[in-house]
Amino acid sequence: MVIVQCIVASILSQTAILLWFGFTFQTSLLDSAVSILLLAIACYLIGNNLKYYRPEKNRYLLMLMYCSILATLWLLVNNWVLDSIILNDPHYAEFLYNSLPIRFFIGLLIIGLMAMVSVVWYTQEDQKETEKRKLEAETLARDAELYNLRQQLQPHFLFNSLNSITALIGSRPEEARKMIHQLSDFLRGTLKKEDQQPVSLIDELEHLQLYLDIEKVRFGHRLSTEISYNEACKSKLLPPMLLQPIVENAIKFGLYDTTGVVTISIFAECLENELQITVQNPYDPDTTRPKHGTGFGLSGVKRRLHLLFGRTDLLETTSYSHIFTTIVKIPQV
Amino acid sequence: MRVVLIDDEPLARSVVIEYLQSWPDLEIVQECSDGFEGVKAIAQHEPDLIFLDIQMPKINGFEMLELIEQPPSVIFTTAFDEYAIKAFEEHAVDYLLKPFTKERFNKAVQKWMDQRQVPEPKQNTKQLLDNIQNSSLRNERVVVKTGTKIKIIPVNDILFLAADDDYVKIHTPEGSFLKNKTMAYFEKLLGEDDFVRVHRSYIVRINEITRIDPYEKESHLAILKSGEKIPVSKTGYPKLRQVLGL
Repeated sequence: MVIVQCIVASILSQTAILLWFGFTFQTSLLDSAVSILLLAIACYLIGNNLKYYRPEKNRYLLMLMYCSILATLWLLVNNWVLDSIILNDPHYAEFLYNSLPIRFFIGLLIIGLMAMVSVVWYTQEDQKETEKRKLEAETLARDAELYNLRQQLQPHFLFNSLNSITALIGSRPEEARKMIHQLSDFLRGTLKKEDQQPVSLIDELEHLQLYLDIEKVRFGHRLSTEISYNEACKSKLLPPMLLQPIVENAIKFGLYDTTGVVTISIFAECLENELQITVQNPYDPDTTRPKHGTGFGLSGVKRRLHLLFGRTDLLETTSYSHIFTTIVKIPQV
Repeated sequence: MRVVLIDDEPLARSVVIEYLQSWPDLEIVQECSDGFEGVKAIAQHEPDLIFLDIQMPKINGFEMLELIEQPPSVIFTTAFDEYAIKAFEEHAVDYLLKPFTKERFNKAVQKWMDQRQVPEPKQNTKQLLDNIQNSSLRNERVVVKTGTKIKIIPVNDILFLAADDDYVKIHTPEGSFLKNKTMAYFEKLLGEDDFVRVHRSYIVRINEITRIDPYEKESHLAILKSGEKIPVSKTGYPKLRQVLGL
């Protein structure tokens, strides 16, 4: 609405100016209407353009050039249209020619102004958007942290482990003692990792080994594990507690989805600028509930990777002939 | 009296075995490490009491109980949190939260012994199962027994259900399966988002319906993608119109 009012006001003022120069009302109105409407189109073009592409900082000379080109184009089109529709006034052609420089600068001024306003407006919009995203990311990070904390407590795991210890105390006290130590080490490691500092691969794998050893006591001969890594990757860094939910998921699917002996394998290798960790577990495609294949634990990992690295392609899962594979890539900076 | 232990963790079973030593009347006839073995063992030995874990491979403790015609008395042994247990607390003989003490274990067994004096103790387990559907522990799949085989049907695979005497016939793309449950049970289990009960004897997946045709006086037929024709009753029709947004 405001735009229409602006256009009408501009047309009227220009008509008034042309009347002052002594042209007929019809000629004045036609000239004004054509040039203002064409200018409005040029303004729309530059505004729309800047919505999607804005020059980097300190590249305003480029902007000026762009505005000049647009102003020139506008002038040429304007000139050609007016020249071909207003024929009955002999003075008009001469006036049109003489007024070219003035028209050019006024056009450039308006287009430039439009460009400036657009840049400021859209930059602000962008900032708002960025802030919104940042806020969202922070909320997500908090959620992830909460989820992690809950995960770390793992009541189910903890109580079942304590129950195993109860059983061992009677029959095999030495093993009970060993399991208490493993559980303590594991819990201590978990608490230490509350600060989100990256940890080395070897530390993380040792921590996982503790967890797996405890699970092995619980599940006996049903669970076996294979952990291997390239020597060169030993000190590569990864976010703490990132692998834990992946391995938990593998165990859950492996142990609760099949009845036989389950082998969970973990393999780490270095790719170019990336640490890649592959976790595999058997599963039963007939009973694994469809759509829930990735599990909540994994979507948490994916979200975390997205927050940390801004990429969504770092976690991949594939299932092929009874083997479920999770591949996680950690960019090394 | 015969007892069967069903728990996937060997050490968890050994605790129960140890505690049971002070109950000479109770004889452990079999130990099972998953629900499939449990179903077989219960059919074979007809135990008086079972100790049952909830989270187990393939099918969980509740699903296993559903497969048994005459379930024995149950004492749950689980590390599940109390909230999950509360829902059916009153209907199981008892539940033991791992790790449990010998005193707590003895109390549970004593409770069962006392209940045995009262007639119809098995009623409990039936009620328990009816109650479980209200808990959120399981509604993603249905477990059925066909002959000696156990089939796990994801709820997503169910096309429609038809009442069949005392059973309900579950129709899936792979064929149909019978389950000894009521239509009301399934109506509750499946919820109202994906399914609608169009008839006293029929529950249909909403997405499967391609067409509704009028049929005789005041009734309709729902035509499914598979070509199946399902009767829609006078009371079912308004419900169907509502879920389809007509």
